[in-house]
Amino acid sequence: MTALIEIERLSKRFGTFTAVDDVSFSVARGEVLGFLGPNGAGKSTTMKMLAGFVTPTAGTARICGHDVGTDSMAARKSLGFLPEGAPTYPEMTVVAFLRFVARIRGYAGRELDERVDAATGMTTLASVRLQPVETLSKGFKRRVGLAQALLHDPPVLVLDEPTDGLDPNQKHEVRTLIARMAPQKAIVISTHILEEVEAVCSRAIIIAHGRVVADATPAELARRHPSGKLDDVFRDITMPKPAESAKAA
Amino acid sequence: MRNTLIVARRELGGYFATPVAVVFIVIFLALQGVLTFNLGNFFDRNAADLVPFFNFIPWVFLLLVPAITMRLWAEERRLGTIELLLTLPISQTQAVVGKFLAAWAFCAIALLLTFPFVLTVNYLGHPDNGVIATGYLGALLVAGSFLSVGAALSAATKNQVIAFVLAVAICFVFAVASYPVVTDFLSRSSPALADLARRLSVSERFQSFTRGVISLRDVVYFASFIGFWLFLNTVIVEHRKAD
Repeated sequence: MTALIEIERLSKRFGTFTAVDDVSFSVARGEVLGFLGPNGAGKSTTMKMLAGFVTPTAGTARICGHDVGTDSMAARKSLGFLPEGAPTYPEMTVVAFLRFVARIRGYAGRELDERVDAATGMTTLASVRLQPVETLSKGFKRRVGLAQALLHDPPVLVLDEPTDGLDPNQKHEVRTLIARMAPQKAIVISTHILEEVEAVCSRAIIIAHGRVVADATPAELARRHPSGKLDDVFRDITMPKPAESAKAA
Repeated sequence: MRNTLIVARRELGGYFATPVAVVFIVIFLALQGVLTFNLGNFFDRNAADLVPFFNFIPWVFLLLVPAITMRLWAEERRLGTIELLLTLPISQTQAVVGKFLAAWAFCAIALLLTFPFVLTVNYLGHPDNGVIATGYLGALLVAGSFLSVGAALSAATKNQVIAFVLAVAICFVFAVASYPVVTDFLSRSSPALADLARRLSVSERFQSFTRGVISLRDVVYFASFIGFWLFLNTVIVEHRKAD
């Protein structure tokens, strides 16, 4: 197995606040990594550094062997990134937006049309192709963001909360889509929904206060608590222990 | 270059997809009309030229251009699309120049729509259309200069009002730098500064264009002015994009 995503001792400090603290992991082709953690734990910052948007204070990230800092163009070409909140240009229609991304990705002519059609097909956006993004519901907007990330069929996908705001049916569709793509790609998804981790992820990393506190398969993680529930494990790991908080007080 | 044009095309399309374009062009044309014909005494001057038109244009741009640029980067940051744009395989310079070119092309469209002034003056007399053409070229360069200032400031703050006010203030400084009120004041304290202010003034350079003179020095001035602010813009985007 070759690692398509390699993160080595990545840290990010904002002033005196350390958002990400010495995080290392790698993701191989065929793996779907669930990136878990409480709000503010450093999930999005890590993903932004992996996407080359935030410059790390220390450490490196590589996508398909390309350093996101020094060889960023090559890294970006291999990456499909869904940023936090699935931002899109509100006044553009779905097709216009996807065509814009496809052009920047270097497609033209018939190939461009095929790519846009394939991406709208995979994310079931065909019915709203010509609607401005701002008129769409939250679920559709999220899928436009997803379509943009999938457009060039990248070997690496980094998706920040891909199912946030989707209804149960749409969530199921997106999970099926991720599961279908999984064998050919290395995928990182961040999520708050722990059942999602059990449904689609082959591995889960829990991050708290910027540090990796657990890295195992969902099943292994679940066994760490007598109840066998991922929820309980998550709470155990990420919440300060009552004894510790008493000591601190 | 290709990526720069793709960004510019998307951006320019954005102006026309929202009321921004119509409001800007209507207000621009109305202001220019009122200022030229009423305040500028276009008819009473009995001269077939566009001197009043060009006299007012930097001041109208001073007010309106920052209104275009204030959203240029601030809006991307508000929407979060900056994260999308800058993680696509394009360089920051391409994004900066693309956005600037779109705004500049938009100003060029607004300027082109002032063609009735040219028709009017040609109907009424026999103006020197060469001088009018260089005047337009100068006006476009003034617009570009103000745009480059505004774009850089838009990248520096998330707040569009701050971006607007700062851009007006800085463009104002470059517009009035050659005016007696500034140069007289400066020449009393340090004559060297007064000379520098005159050299750095956008309106002083523009004046020679309105007289029909295109000098290499003025063109180099505008090119370096715009280049400097675009460079600053790229640096600011790099440092502040993720804030």
